[in-house]
Amino acid sequence: MDNQANKVTASPKSLNNFYHFHQLMEENEIIMVYAGEFSQALTKTLLAFTERKFNVEQLEDNVKRKIYNIMVEMLQNISKNALDNDQIITGNSPIFMIGESTDFYFLISSNKIGNENIPMLKNRIDEVNALDSEGLKQLYKQVRINGTFSKVGGAGIGVIDMARKSENTLVYEFTRLDDQYSMYSLLIKVSRNSLV
Amino acid sequence: MAKELNIVGTEDTPGIVFDPQKNVFELSGRSLPEDVVSFYKPVMEWLDELESKPIANLEFSFKLDYFNTASSKLILDILLKVNDIFSDGTPMKIKWHFLTMDKDLEEAGEEFSELVEVPFELVAY
Repeated sequence: MDNQANKVTASPKSLNNFYHFHQLMEENEIIMVYAGEFSQALTKTLLAFTERKFNVEQLEDNVKRKIYNIMVEMLQNISKNALDNDQIITGNSPIFMIGESTDFYFLISSNKIGNENIPMLKNRIDEVNALDSEGLKQLYKQVRINGTFSKVGGAGIGVIDMARKSENTLVYEFTRLDDQYSMYSLLIKVSRNSLV
Repeated sequence: MAKELNIVGTEDTPGIVFDPQKNVFELSGRSLPEDVVSFYKPVMEWLDELESKPIANLEFSFKLDYFNTASSKLILDILLKVNDIFSDGTPMKIKWHFLTMDKDLEEAGEEFSELVEVPFELVAY
C-alpha cells in the first residue's frame, strides 16, 4: 500500500485546505454553512441565529420575514426527510447554506432522497416555476382546500409557498449517488430590495 | 360555562388563550411546530365542545407573526370549525391581525377570509 499517499489524503486538515474552503465560500458568496443532523431543535437554533444576525445587519423587515419563512420550510423538510433516511450513518449528511450577493439572499439546501421520489418532485417544482404570482395563488388555494398536490401529500404545498414568498424561480438539481439515492439540491432566492 | 384553554407560547408554538370568563379568544406568536396535529389537538377539541354548547358573539383573534405551511392547514381547520358554528346560527367573528408592512400575512388573511362565510375582519397595526 502506498502509505505516503494515504497519509496525505487521510489528513486533509492542513490550514491551507481551510483557507481554500473559505475562499470557495467567498467566491460563491456563501455566508453561512451548516452540515450534520437536522431536527426541530436545530431549526429553532438556526432560525434564532439568523434572526440575530440579520437584526444586527438591519435588513428590511419584509426581506427578513421572507427569508425566515422559506428557511423554516426548507429546514423542516430536511428534518422530515432525515427521519426516513439514515443521513448521518451512511454519509452525505444534509447541508444548509445562506448566500448573499449584491441583489439577493439565497437559501440552499441539499439532502438525500430516494430516486423514486424524483419525478414527482421535479414535476412539482417545474409546475410551480411556470406560474406567475396569480397562478401560484390559485394553485395554493386549490391545494389548500383539496389537501393534495397531484397524488401524494407531504412537501407539496411547501414548494408552492416557498415559490410565492421567494418571488423568484426555484433552482434545483438532482445528483445521483447510487441506484437508491440522489442528493436533492434546492436554491431559493430572495430579493434584497422589496419592490413594493 | 365552557372550560378555559391556556397554552403558553414558545419559540416555535403559538400562545393560545380561550377564556370565556374574560371574553378573550386569541392565538398569537409563531406557529412552526414539528407535529401540528398534535399541537392543535386541544384547540380542535375545545372547538368541538364549543360546537355542542355554543357561546354567542365570540371574537377569535389571530395575532400570528408567522406560521409554516403545516400550520396553515390547521388554521384553516379552526376557521372552518368556527364557520360551521356560525352557519348553524350562532353569531361569531374572526379578527386577523397583521403588521401593516407584512404583506404576506395580510394576503394570508385575505385568502383565509375568502374560504369562509363567518364575518372576517382584517386589522392592520
